[in-house]
Amino acid sequence: MRQKKYTGWFFLLPGFLGVSLFYLIPFLDVVRRSFTQAVGGNFVGAANYQTVFTNQAFLLASKNTMRFAAVCLPLLLLISLGIAVLVQRLETWAGFLKGAYLVPLAIPAASVVLLWQLLFDRRGFLNGLLHLTGWDGVDWMNTGASFGVLVFSYIWKNLGYDVVLWIAGLSMVPKEVYEAARVDGAGEWRCFFYITLPGIRPAAFTIVVISFLNSFKVFREAYLVAGNYPHDDIYLLQHLFNNWFRDLSMDKMAAGAVTMALVIFILVCLLQKSWDKN
Amino acid sequence: MSKDGNWAGGKIGHGLCMAPLFVMAALAIGPLLFLAGGSLMGGNEIEACIRPVMNGEEGYAGWHFLPLYPTLRHLVRVLFDSPEFFQMFWNSMKITAGTLLGQLIFGMTSAWGLARYRFFGKKVVYMLYIVLMMMPFQVTMLSEYLVLDWLGLMDTLWAVILPGIFSTFSVFIMYRFFCGIPEAVLEAARCDGAGEWQIFWRIGIPLGASGIISALVLQFLECWNLIEQPLTFLKTKSLWPLSLYLPQIRLEEAGFALCASVITLLPALLVFLAGSDYLEQGIAAAAVKE
Repeated sequence: MRQKKYTGWFFLLPGFLGVSLFYLIPFLDVVRRSFTQAVGGNFVGAANYQTVFTNQAFLLASKNTMRFAAVCLPLLLLISLGIAVLVQRLETWAGFLKGAYLVPLAIPAASVVLLWQLLFDRRGFLNGLLHLTGWDGVDWMNTGASFGVLVFSYIWKNLGYDVVLWIAGLSMVPKEVYEAARVDGAGEWRCFFYITLPGIRPAAFTIVVISFLNSFKVFREAYLVAGNYPHDDIYLLQHLFNNWFRDLSMDKMAAGAVTMALVIFILVCLLQKSWDKN
Repeated sequence: MSKDGNWAGGKIGHGLCMAPLFVMAALAIGPLLFLAGGSLMGGNEIEACIRPVMNGEEGYAGWHFLPLYPTLRHLVRVLFDSPEFFQMFWNSMKITAGTLLGQLIFGMTSAWGLARYRFFGKKVVYMLYIVLMMMPFQVTMLSEYLVLDWLGLMDTLWAVILPGIFSTFSVFIMYRFFCGIPEAVLEAARCDGAGEWQIFWRIGIPLGASGIISALVLQFLECWNLIEQPLTFLKTKSLWPLSLYLPQIRLEEAGFALCASVITLLPALLVFLAGSDYLEQGIAAAAVKE
């Protein structure tokens, strides 16, 4: 290549300076702050981390956030994979269906707040429907059922996104392999387990990571419907960080942010490693 | 791949598989119909529908998707008689336009540099960008606050726009598309004596256009739906975007709220409809291997 060594940097630099100014450098400052006192700035070692890890709210929020990811990720991934496999073989309706699943992505959370309130109220639409089947329903937002509402919101919002991702992954499996397998007498399920599943593994890593990251955005729905202090079962790390921010607990926030960054970083690395091995 | 007729179990199996697909699609689109119908309903009709929710009376809220007595009263009120709605509509517009414009300038050049050149530190920068892209807002919240406070930008629209400009997600999308341009094209241009900037401007941008549009469409939807950032960085209510204003409207004004929701939704829906192909490409770009 006949390029000078710095041409790449010339293009990258303006953006990189911004990223450094707004994200990289201040994060280093956050790391420093996580080891110092909020007022005075004396070095306190791991004391902030100790405070955070023994904080009841932090433990509750971490538990809920992990539980949420553990429930909604497998659900979303399985449903969207199933739909993608089916949609991909349709000839007439595929475009329409894909478009329809993506609609929630375009609907701002704020626009559905009212609908969510009316749907999940004790006297709302959902309980009205359930009443017809003879069940009395529950108070969705003010009991443990709120967790289910959150899972539903997440799947509703992200289904189309994941279906499109899976279809992209599926399209990379060469068609000839299927044809050859069919000629050899393999049925639908055998094709799925022995050709489709191994074939989409490279895409699966990205899809899991992206779905996990999008799971943090469900806070929008949770916050808009239930405010700063929702039912205990859907009190997420996002709520906690907001409340810390309002109280200006910089030391706790710094330790919390560093911990969270570390956990996410390790998680992504682990996932990538386990996928590379296979 | 296979024809529709090849389904295991024939026609019945086909029907059984199709039904859930359409149920899901109905669930996805349903809220749109609800909002559209509700925005044309009069106040009394809505109140009659949702009275059990409002007053906790016996019975359950009901709904009709087609209004019995359609009216444009709420629409007129939102459009012509509520200055605060207008103000926040403009705030949303400014935030979105500012962020997208900035990303066009800074994101596009960064993506080009990362995609087409080999240079010292490239691998590290790429890794940093990916990791940064993965961090939820709560991780970077304090960092952003520290800088914004230092720059004296807290409680201005810049506090939302500037960090948004340097979001690495759109760099990643554009990077993927720029990587797909064959090196031979660029080499040919170099042989003809084109400078690096010219190559970027005359070849990179036109050939990577679908990627750039994909990134912009995704980012538009994200900006229009922004909640966490304005909630954290904007104290003055007159600076709020629509996404924060809507939930403030009380249930007693459901008709007004529904109408405002629809108008909030419209720009996003238009961008979505106009750019749905690009949106799909942009999403899929992450899943397909380099």
